[in-house]
Parts: sequence; C-alpha cells; structure tokens
Amino acid sequence: MRFRFTEAAIDTVAARRELLDRGAGGYVSFEGWVRDHNEGQEVTRLEYEAFQALALKEGDRILAEALQLFPIKHALCIHRVGSLDLTDMAVWVGVSAAHRGEGFDACRFIIDEVKHRVPIWKKEHYRSGDSGWVNCERCAVTPRHAHGRDHGHDHAHEPLEHLVLPGSE
Amino acid sequence: MSSTAAPIYGLILAGGASSRMRRDKAVLVYQGKNQLDRAFELVSRHVAKVFVSVRSSQLTEPTRAQKPLIVDSVEGGGPIVGIRSALAAYPDVAWLVVACDLPFLADPALKHLLAERNPGMLATAYASAHDGLPEPLCAIWEPAAASALAAYQSNGGQCPRKFLSSHSVLLLEPRDRHALDNINTPEEYQQALDALDSNPPTNPIQLKIQYFALMREQAGRSEETLETSAATPADLLSELNARYGFTLSREQLKVAVNSEFADWSRRLSAGDAVVFIPPVAGG
Repeated sequence: MRFRFTEAAIDTVAARRELLDRGAGGYVSFEGWVRDHNEGQEVTRLEYEAFQALALKEGDRILAEALQLFPIKHALCIHRVGSLDLTDMAVWVGVSAAHRGEGFDACRFIIDEVKHRVPIWKKEHYRSGDSGWVNCERCAVTPRHAHGRDHGHDHAHEPLEHLVLPGSE
Repeated sequence: MSSTAAPIYGLILAGGASSRMRRDKAVLVYQGKNQLDRAFELVSRHVAKVFVSVRSSQLTEPTRAQKPLIVDSVEGGGPIVGIRSALAAYPDVAWLVVACDLPFLADPALKHLLAERNPGMLATAYASAHDGLPEPLCAIWEPAAASALAAYQSNGGQCPRKFLSSHSVLLLEPRDRHALDNINTPEEYQQALDALDSNPPTNPIQLKIQYFALMREQAGRSEETLETSAATPADLLSELNARYGFTLSREQLKVAVNSEFADWSRRLSAGDAVVFIPPVAGG
C-alpha cells in the first residue's frame, strides 16, 4: 500500500476498501479539507504542488513507520495536487486495526508526519486578491518546521530514528 | 557581443612589488604550479593571445622571461600603467586583464565575464563580493579606456578601482564569491594552500535544478540545466541566490540530490539533479 497523489477528487470509498482485513475490528480515517480562513486572511482557494519523486518515497516511509510503531493492519494516505476549492478534500488518511485506540493513534501520527516531512507546498489565494505560500512568506517557521540542521532528514521525532524501518523505495 | 567589438587578448599582471608577501608573488606555487603559469594557462583557454605585464626591471626574471611580455612604459606606476601599456601596444584590442595572484580564479568566472561583455562600455568587470566595488584586475578593458585612463592619470589618479567606479562600466555579480580573493601576505598564502588542498577547484559540471513553489516563482522557471563549479549544494545555493535573490534562507531550506534528502556539504557530481525544498505545508 503506497502513499500517492491524485489530481482528481479522492475516492474515499475505493481507498477504504483497500484497508479491509478480517483481523481488523475497525477503521479510522482523517480528511483534511480546504477551509475559508487562515491566520486572519479570508481564503478563496488553494493550490497544492509536490516534488513527487521524493514525496512518494517520504510518504511511503511514513506509512512504513506507522506499521512499525503501532499494531495496525493497513495504512494509506492520498494527497491532492492542483487547484482546490473551499470544502474540497486535500488529504485522506485511513488506518485499519484490530482495536480503535491504535487506529486513532496511527492515523494521527501519519497526518502529523505528512504535514511536516513530505515535500508538498500550499499556496493560499485570499479574498483580498493577494496570495501566499504557506510557511514560506511570513517567516512563520515554527520550531517543528525549523530546517536549521545540516542533515536533510531532520525529522521532528528523533526518538524514532533508531528504528530500522523496512525499505520503502 | 556586437560584430564591431574589438578582439580580446589576455594580460596577466605580474609586475607588482609583492611588498607585503616579502617575496615575488608570481612564483608562489599552488598545486605544483606557480601563480604566473597558472594564470597564463587559465587565460590562454579563453583568448587567442596572452601577454604578461612586467616592469622593465623584471625582464630577465626566468618565470616571466619565457612568455610574451608587455613592459610598463613608466616605472613605479602600479597596475594602471600595465593596463595602459597594453592598450598602447595594441590600440585596437580589448584586454582581458587578470592579476596573477588570484589562486581561486577558474574558467567559469572568465567564461561568464566574456559572455556578458559589453564592448560599448569602457570595461566589463565583476563587483567585489565583499564591498560591491568594481574588481579591475579580473576585467575586460576596451580600447576606448585608453584615452580615459590617460586623462585620469594626468589628473593624478592611480587607482584602477576608483577609475572604474567613476566611468561607464558594466558590473557583473560574481557567481562564486571567492573566485577573486587575492593573496597578499604569507598568512593568506598559507590559507589559500589549505583551502585548495581541502577543496580543489572543480571542473565545471552540468547539474539539473528543479524549482518548486515560492522558489519556482522567484527563479521564474521550474527547471534548468546549469554548468557550474559549485562543489556542494551549499555552494550551488549561494550561486543561485546571487542570480535569483531567493527570499528563503538556507536555514529554512532542505536540499535533495537525485530525489533523496542530502547534506548541504555533499559533493555534487555531473548529472546530479538538485532540488531545494522550501518549508513544506501538506495536509
């Protein structure tokens, strides 16, 4: 099960079907939607852009890490690219697991890591006619986004880095 | 370059007194070759004829004596006399003037200078990476500079840098901020030797650069193939910053080489695909 991008609307019914498992007692999903405001600005639409060659690898690594860290059955994440309108779904994460607790935890883990590690960029278009790349234009670099260290792969979750993860390339 | 532009010869300035070095700078050796030979060979790769500018007292110095020479028309005049002597010797020729004491100067900087030359100006020169002023000793001096230099000197001027600052000159941003670092003292010589040892000038390589998001907009393109002597992604970013003025600092970026995260100090190889990664915002 691989991280993937789509330029069309995310088909959550088909995606959910990929997670079915006789040993799963439930399924948790997260949908990220385009909302009409951000940091005091009125947003009218979004554009997503990805460095897909690397994003697919990093997305797969996140899914593999989730399967290592949590006792879950399957995990999947699909991200939109291109122009999105208000209420459109930008990202979908689904996890099937024997028990709901691990499912919720793994789903939260995956969306958090995707937001911080996968090379995807979001341009907001505002009611004012202005636009801006999120996290790039207003020095709104939170500590979790700090790219200061020399190593390119500075995850926010160092405790995981000792884990040997299954190759996902 | 217009079709009427003068042909270009090379002039290696090696007439300096080397007073701070306390020995003749032209014969300082880097990587098994003295500075004068290095500079001579470098410039020879870009123009048809190269001369060495000397004072009359240096005519028999062996390193210089074996090369085509242009002798200063007056003694003790500094580099401006060397340049004027060359312009007087070949009045219809423009001169790629290069000081011999630039150990980090390499082909890309000369190639860029020649490509950007504006023969309608008195000179085409780099702006110093340190203070923004023109660098007269790695520059193309046009034939028309001869009379302006004569007037400047007759008014007591001696500084080629001040001359260029006050005349019509095309100033280029350097792509490599250390290419024109010059060496004046034994300490600087030792530092240059160490730097060349640990980081020898690389032959230019071709890289493919892809741009995304804010950097794509600021570069005005989504990809390009680039010939560069940048040895690492950090060097490459400095070079591209000089051209595009990216607003994101290196601290905010990550870098990927061949579609995998990489260190800023990684050695780049020909054909590598490099992507600078602005702060991400998925989800």
